[in-house]
Amino acid sequence: MTLADSLSRPPRRPRPRHRSQWKGLLYIAPAMALVIVFFILPVLFTFWMSLHKWPLLGAPKFIGLGNYIRMLSDTRFYSALGFTAYYTVIITIAIFALAFPLAIFVERQRRMVGVYRTAIFMPVVVGLASASLLWVWFANVDVGFLNPLLAWLGIVDLKTNFFASFDSAFFIICLMVVWKVAGFTMIILLTGLQAIPTELGEAARIDGANRWKRFIYVTLPLMRKTMALSLILSVTGSILAFDQFYIMTAGGPQNKMISVVYYIFNQSFVSFNLGYGAAMSLGLLVILVLISIFQLWLLRVGEERP
Amino acid sequence: MTGKKEARARRALLGAGGYHGTGILLAIFFLAPFAITILSSFRHGTEARLPPVPPWPTTGFSLDAYRSLDSFGAGVWQHTLNSAAVAIGTALLTVVVSLLAGYGFSRYRFMFKNALFVLIIATLMIPFQSILTPLFIILARLGLNNSLIGLTLVYVTLQLPFSVFMMRNAFDAVPKEIEEAARIDGARDLRLLVRVLLPLVLPGIVTVAIFAFLNSWNEFLAALVLLSDNSKFTLPILISAVRAGRLGAIDWGAVQAGVTVMSVPCLFVFLLLQRYYMRGLMAGAVK
Repeated sequence: MTLADSLSRPPRRPRPRHRSQWKGLLYIAPAMALVIVFFILPVLFTFWMSLHKWPLLGAPKFIGLGNYIRMLSDTRFYSALGFTAYYTVIITIAIFALAFPLAIFVERQRRMVGVYRTAIFMPVVVGLASASLLWVWFANVDVGFLNPLLAWLGIVDLKTNFFASFDSAFFIICLMVVWKVAGFTMIILLTGLQAIPTELGEAARIDGANRWKRFIYVTLPLMRKTMALSLILSVTGSILAFDQFYIMTAGGPQNKMISVVYYIFNQSFVSFNLGYGAAMSLGLLVILVLISIFQLWLLRVGEERP
Repeated sequence: MTGKKEARARRALLGAGGYHGTGILLAIFFLAPFAITILSSFRHGTEARLPPVPPWPTTGFSLDAYRSLDSFGAGVWQHTLNSAAVAIGTALLTVVVSLLAGYGFSRYRFMFKNALFVLIIATLMIPFQSILTPLFIILARLGLNNSLIGLTLVYVTLQLPFSVFMMRNAFDAVPKEIEEAARIDGARDLRLLVRVLLPLVLPGIVTVAIFAFLNSWNEFLAALVLLSDNSKFTLPILISAVRAGRLGAIDWGAVQAGVTVMSVPCLFVFLLLQRYYMRGLMAGAVK
């Protein structure tokens, strides 16, 4: 109102701010455009498609909840879900069973530890497709390396075809995935281990706790958050598994190794039931969102107990 | 006295021996498959049908496996070029888009800023596997189906949540005073961003680029669905076709060569830029 008032207000303040409004939007515009066109739109479109009988060629036909009703009575969808759940449980346990000791092994600063870390981590950076192709050759009965090696060790017969039965093929796939992923889980767990103050372990040792007790009562509770994170990463990754089953066993002996994503792929892009594929995708999405909510809950539990 | 000391020293030595013995065994387990595959791929064509025992060329070094790999599809050079174009294109575009977005989110105020940021990050919750079907249709409508450009755009979008997050944090870490000093010197907007700030956020850019490159080089399912023309195939699609066999016979030599061509660039990039790769991994893990 007065001269002092107008002086104390910074001059020309409103204009730059107004300009920076659209300038900021301009900077994020390319990212937003990509996310909208190639992510938000497809997500909404999935829902629309799931309400239609949608062939590759020809006009889509609205059928309401028809695809969902079909999904709920599709025994092959259920067996795909069952197999995926089975795989997820087994592989997650296997990965943790190896990655946890590995993380402890590479935790302490010793000579050569960097070399071991790098070596263990190397399979993580190649693709799952490359790893699958490598191991499908490795475990081939006629030209592979595993048969001669295991026969030399006296574990299996030289002429054992690993891919002939479900259990042995499943074992090879798990071996491949553990080999490929353990290094990743190891590094995540390592960050958790290194965040634990050494004083806590010292104090427990002075109180007379042995190594095993210190691990159970000091290390594990403090690793809660890290474990939740790596658990969720492993579980989500396993639920979405596709490459290894497609490349290594093409669905496995008697089509027993069809994962959910594999079944959706078959329905959408082999049988061209695109609407049905979209409905199942949404089903998968709901399952994963539920798991994400469970993840948030797990992480919050970790925070409540510091 | 000395006996005790000696015993302790012996035990320490034994412990160290056990530690390094285990370490070497582990290194062998994780590295041997690569070594065996790479060495085997240089065996003679006649050896390709035999188990790799011993796992190195016994009758001399040969490029037979690579030659027979070259007879698949449009030739191995073409497919390597496809993969490289998609991976390098994804890395460059991801860097440009996330650099701009990270700068915008870090330094400007605008409507719905937080909501838009959360929207980009929230796409991480939805796996791309569940939106492949509509992506296939949308790309067809845009005339980008069966095109490496369409695939690259999809890959860039998949990289954005991680990359925008990384770049915003990188810009947040740059002191505002540097920017103000540069502004006084007359540098503005894009020139300020490229000349002054770019060198300061370079580590973040390298991290974003490595992840974009590796993920798009290795991706399988989207490429399998979105590319239908043989000559457009990226390496993983080509090699999995080789593995599926031709006329009922599988050319394992070509598979070994293919795995080598696919893996070596990844291992090389990782070993060269390990520090930046681990930074990205930690940022993701700590978040």
